[in-house]
Amino acid sequence: MEVNRREFLRACTRQPPEAIVPYARAPEEGIVPGEPLFFATAMPLAGGALGLLVESHMGRPTKVEGNPQHPQSLGATDVYAQASVLGLYDPDRSQVITSAGEIRPWSAFLETLRAAMEAQRAKGGAGLRFLTEPISSPTAIQQMRDLLAEYPEARWHQYDPLARDGAAAGLRAAVGAEVEPHYRVGAAQVILALDADFLACSPTAVRDVREFSAARHGETGMAMNRLYVVEPMPTVTGGVADHRLAARAGDVERLARGIAAALHVPGVNEPSGLEDGTSKAPASVERQAAWVAAVARDLAAHRGTSLVIAGDAQPPAVHALAAVMNQTLGNIGRTVVYAEPSTTAGGQVASLRQLVDDMDAGKVDLLVICDANPVVTAPADLRFAERLDKVGLRVRLGLYDDETSRLCHWHVPAAHYLESWSDVRAYDGTASIVQPLIAPLYDGKTLHELLAACAGRSDAPSAPYDLVRDYWRRQHTGGDFEAFWQRALHEGLVADTAGKLRVPGARRQSIVPAWREPATADALEITFRPDPTVFDGRFANNAWLQELPKPMTRLTWDNAAHMAAATAARLGVANEDVVELRLDGRTVRAPVWIVPGHAPDAVTVHLGYGRTRAGRVANGVGFDAYALRTSDAMWIARGLEVVKTGTRYALACTQGHQQMEGRDLVRTATLEEFRADPAVVRERGPEEPDASLYPPYRYDGYAWAMAIDLSSCTGCNACVVACQAENNIPIVGKDQVARGREMHWIRVDRYYDGPEENPTINNQPVPCMHCELAPCEVVCPVGATTHSSDGLNQMIYNRCVGTKYCSNNCPYKVRRFNFYLYADWTTESLKLQRNPDVTVRSRGVMEKCTYCIQRIQYAKIKAEKEDRRVRDGEVVPACAQACPASAIVFGDQNDPDARVTLLKKNARNYALLGELNTRPRTTYLAKLTNPNPELTRA
Amino acid sequence: MSLPVIEARRDRRPPIIAPGHTFETVTDRISRVVLRRGTPRGWIVGFALSFSLMMVLFYATAVLLFRGIGVWGINIPVAWGFDIVNFVWWIGIGHAGTLISAILLLLKQEWRTSINRFAEAMTLFAVACAGLYPVLHLGRPWLAYWLFPYPNTMSMWPQFRSPLIWDVFAVSTYLTVSLLFWFVGLIPDFATLRDRSASRVGRATYGMLAMGWRGSAQHWHRYETAYLLLAGLATPLVVSVHTIVSFDFAVSVIPGWHATILPPYFVAGAIYSGFAMVMTLAIPIRKFYGLEDFITMRHLDNMARVMLATGLIVAYGYMMETFMAWYGGNPYESFMVLNRFSGPYWPQYWLLITCNVILPQVLWFKRLRTSIPALFGVSLIVNLGMWLERYIIIVVSLHRDFLPSSWGMYAGTIYDWSMLFGSMGLFLTLLFLFIRYLPMISIFEMRTLVPGAHVEEEAP
Repeated sequence: MEVNRREFLRACTRQPPEAIVPYARAPEEGIVPGEPLFFATAMPLAGGALGLLVESHMGRPTKVEGNPQHPQSLGATDVYAQASVLGLYDPDRSQVITSAGEIRPWSAFLETLRAAMEAQRAKGGAGLRFLTEPISSPTAIQQMRDLLAEYPEARWHQYDPLARDGAAAGLRAAVGAEVEPHYRVGAAQVILALDADFLACSPTAVRDVREFSAARHGETGMAMNRLYVVEPMPTVTGGVADHRLAARAGDVERLARGIAAALHVPGVNEPSGLEDGTSKAPASVERQAAWVAAVARDLAAHRGTSLVIAGDAQPPAVHALAAVMNQTLGNIGRTVVYAEPSTTAGGQVASLRQLVDDMDAGKVDLLVICDANPVVTAPADLRFAERLDKVGLRVRLGLYDDETSRLCHWHVPAAHYLESWSDVRAYDGTASIVQPLIAPLYDGKTLHELLAACAGRSDAPSAPYDLVRDYWRRQHTGGDFEAFWQRALHEGLVADTAGKLRVPGARRQSIVPAWREPATADALEITFRPDPTVFDGRFANNAWLQELPKPMTRLTWDNAAHMAAATAARLGVANEDVVELRLDGRTVRAPVWIVPGHAPDAVTVHLGYGRTRAGRVANGVGFDAYALRTSDAMWIARGLEVVKTGTRYALACTQGHQQMEGRDLVRTATLEEFRADPAVVRERGPEEPDASLYPPYRYDGYAWAMAIDLSSCTGCNACVVACQAENNIPIVGKDQVARGREMHWIRVDRYYDGPEENPTINNQPVPCMHCELAPCEVVCPVGATTHSSDGLNQMIYNRCVGTKYCSNNCPYKVRRFNFYLYADWTTESLKLQRNPDVTVRSRGVMEKCTYCIQRIQYAKIKAEKEDRRVRDGEVVPACAQACPASAIVFGDQNDPDARVTLLKKNARNYALLGELNTRPRTTYLAKLTNPNPELTRA
Repeated sequence: MSLPVIEARRDRRPPIIAPGHTFETVTDRISRVVLRRGTPRGWIVGFALSFSLMMVLFYATAVLLFRGIGVWGINIPVAWGFDIVNFVWWIGIGHAGTLISAILLLLKQEWRTSINRFAEAMTLFAVACAGLYPVLHLGRPWLAYWLFPYPNTMSMWPQFRSPLIWDVFAVSTYLTVSLLFWFVGLIPDFATLRDRSASRVGRATYGMLAMGWRGSAQHWHRYETAYLLLAGLATPLVVSVHTIVSFDFAVSVIPGWHATILPPYFVAGAIYSGFAMVMTLAIPIRKFYGLEDFITMRHLDNMARVMLATGLIVAYGYMMETFMAWYGGNPYESFMVLNRFSGPYWPQYWLLITCNVILPQVLWFKRLRTSIPALFGVSLIVNLGMWLERYIIIVVSLHRDFLPSSWGMYAGTIYDWSMLFGSMGLFLTLLFLFIRYLPMISIFEMRTLVPGAHVEEEAP
């Protein structure tokens, strides 16, 4: 067979056969080796979608970035999107269609499915059920509607373990319609978060962080917002709050009523006393009362520019309270708007219960489960796995041959979103076309293909590309469809598809349910939360996320029973003691982790761990908190018993010490202090020496530098995963993390300040400082770390012999050493993920942040070809690019107009450990807070 | 005027060599250890144990090379652990030999003659053990030669500002000079063994090593000149090697390392531990081989005095470190000292103070200075204390430096311990071979100490 060069190259890559449209102008001859292409697509998650630009090297997607035009991304990303590229190449993904453990062809599956569907046709689909996650894909919704029209008795259930049912019900009561609130965080001056981690754990977090952080700089002429947070366990949002009140999740409603009553919200009476159930200490009652009064006054003083947000875990009453407070404060239409939900999910737990009842009653003959993993995530009291057995034919479409697939007759491997044609709506309804970056690695099928197969119509297309295109062709009313389609693919979104805003009508009376005292006020409370890294468990097999230190606890590779020190003392347990958590006769064993700032008498557990069939990475890691979760208490339950078992379990925490020891590492000032005297930041630390016997080195060309704004940083970790993806950073495993050998080039340090009951939380991302007088460079005996003429502290892996002296002498301890061969050199699929512009390091060499030198070189070469200097903003390191808060700014400090140069002239700018005369190129902008004077005086 | 007083005092001290010995008995007693037929059972047992321990070292090294230095307990922030602790400890031990041979020779301290050969051998073996670690502690040990300036196609030279490069030169120079000094000192004795050996192999081997020594006046003249020159060359090395080793730490920015007092206090510590090790080895050997006549109480007493003096210098170093941490007003320095006192490694710190400062004070008492068990005990304690000192300096300074977020803990793994005890196996194996095949006391120099050698000198 004769193969020419072009055909050979085509065979080497896995370009999808259909035409996909790159974000930038396509090179004329298609792929140019060494030149990455960017394609716009979108990642569906939690009923929303994050618009992305995906970097593709020779047909391999290697890195995702945010799509600046997409309303949910604004150019930034979260940890899940950053890590999703590893999920694509996960060697544990299921690769074949199986039935009863045997590999079967697609045609055999189609045969079975069609037979079953034919049988259902006669019954009008009475025995047919679909179970999916909440779907916002217009094509899939249309397909499903067509199917249900054909099988009128069939049912479509949507279930997400993190369903926001409480919000939906509360808003239904308050607004009288099925709406979703959209927050205009940027327009709010005073924000009250009622157990709402809206800056991290919300579909719109990336966008909200951008808007929130933009109002945190405290620059003259710019207002700075103020954030109040009530929550049980410190979250990212609580960490950046100006005032955080630690309260049990079940007590938030009482506090919310107190605030609403103080705002004279009609129909809300102040509950009898604000004390929470157990801590009856007068001081704490007084503090809470003062807090409530001050917050109410502050909100009232900011009519139309305040915002009350209720958390997903809160009951409908709190959501209704938040809605009426926003209404009373005149915030509707200004800081909060209501829009149609992007999905059609409705009450998801009720829907799942309906399905389970039908299954139990033997009504279900054919159940098609797409993506959802209900065997793990369904409420424990529904006994899903047991009832699943009563279904005649069970079909599962999933990325992994997991717990649910094991109990199904057929498992069909799903296509990853990076290898799928699909479409998806963002939170506000804006639709994006999901275009594949690569042909399915394992012949995975999309939901569209499965639904088309179910429909079984020979006249309709069955390829996902045709299905999606056809849908949009039908939707398209204007002129040239091809131009419209090209544009949608190129831009990453379909113009003018945002949902309609609903303006709620006049508020009805007594929409907030009457207050009733929780019967079990004194009992220990347990709250269930999605895990900050593995989410609801779907990312459990993603090693980047497993090894990512969780924002507040810095734990990796495990979940834990989080509690306050006082609670732990009362229970007689310490960190890493294994306890048995008993709730309503259900038990799980979990290690204890004490969290400063956690509300007393409460335990927080993260979902998504304790998987048994998730893959090599996740199996047996952590404990399954779903086992305690019931359909009537999806988020908060009381009456938890904690029993000490006497055994211990080691947890791998990346930060063993939490205090700053009086050192000026994270410099903070209140807005008031800073406005009064901007020099306050400089004066908070010792003077930086600048005397030298030698003339300073002159950086005549570029002088790369970075500024990190601690006022903006929320500690969300997106930078850490982005860096890992960009720079081929290996994972090391729990044992090695516990030994202090994690490899992250940028880490987020978290320090506590103040009392352990409710400390101030300070985050500080620490990459390499690229010191001009780098202590690491002088001590290397072989010259493996040197300084470049543009001020980069470089690491030459080939020359490194591994004395580790550089790391010892680094005051910032940002260097990372390959104690073993950490990089996976053998797994084929993981090789495809690697960034070809970055060396994969071997055993025995040191490595560290390079300021993404590959991106600098790319821009420099390009600028040189065009005979100009690199422009400001042309080089964006991976961390800065991913940062939703825009906290990291990189550039050439020789350019007087560069953003980084201006930031370095800012009065908030300071060098970490500058007194050592290292002259770091990475500097920090001090963290400003905006406390309420009324509360600080007390 | 003062001369007779000194003479008188010297006379009152016990003799360097027990009375009654002649040239013949000295030669016979020492060479018999080497030339006797058959090997003593005790030697075989001791050698077997040492050899087994050395095999532990080889096994641990093989694992290390095969799997990577992750088998050790090191991490970030404590990237140096047992490896460098052991390196500095062995190098320190290696200091006594040259001090005894060179400096005491130039100071005309005749008592050194009984122990110098043996101390020099100990030095060489200790440096050999020490030399393992800088190579093995590398992430890629097979590239250790990159630390030497050699012409290569990469046109790469070492980075001469790094103290590790200074180490390479200091230690390799020290090893070379010590080896030469030892070998030159052995030449007349090789000739003696050649002449007295009954076996052909012995005659041939020792003959070759004796390099044609015939004992002519010209030979002796040249020998004395060479020996003195080498002594002069070796003398600065005693001070320089550990000074440069201390630069590994003093040049850095880490609190607890970054201190100008490190060089003198490292040198004193090295001599301290070196003498302790000579004592630890000399006491059992003189007993086992019946050499009490040659290594007398006077030697042990003198060594104890040197230990006492250097121990006090070391104690002064600890005091000054603490004082400067307070006086310097640097918050990181003062934290470092407090962390030593009361941080997680406080037991190790206070054990170090007990071993190096408190317990050796018993050497002030003559009764204990002349008690063999007491001396043996103190010498072991000082060996332990000096190892702990390096552990405190290296590990405890690193584990909590500037940013509390990066603080960590360190503990040696089974491979760390294997390599520590294994290196002792290597050391003892070499020592056993030395004792068996070479004269452990300088025969010809001892002959100059017998009364017969001084007859002419004392006659008016």
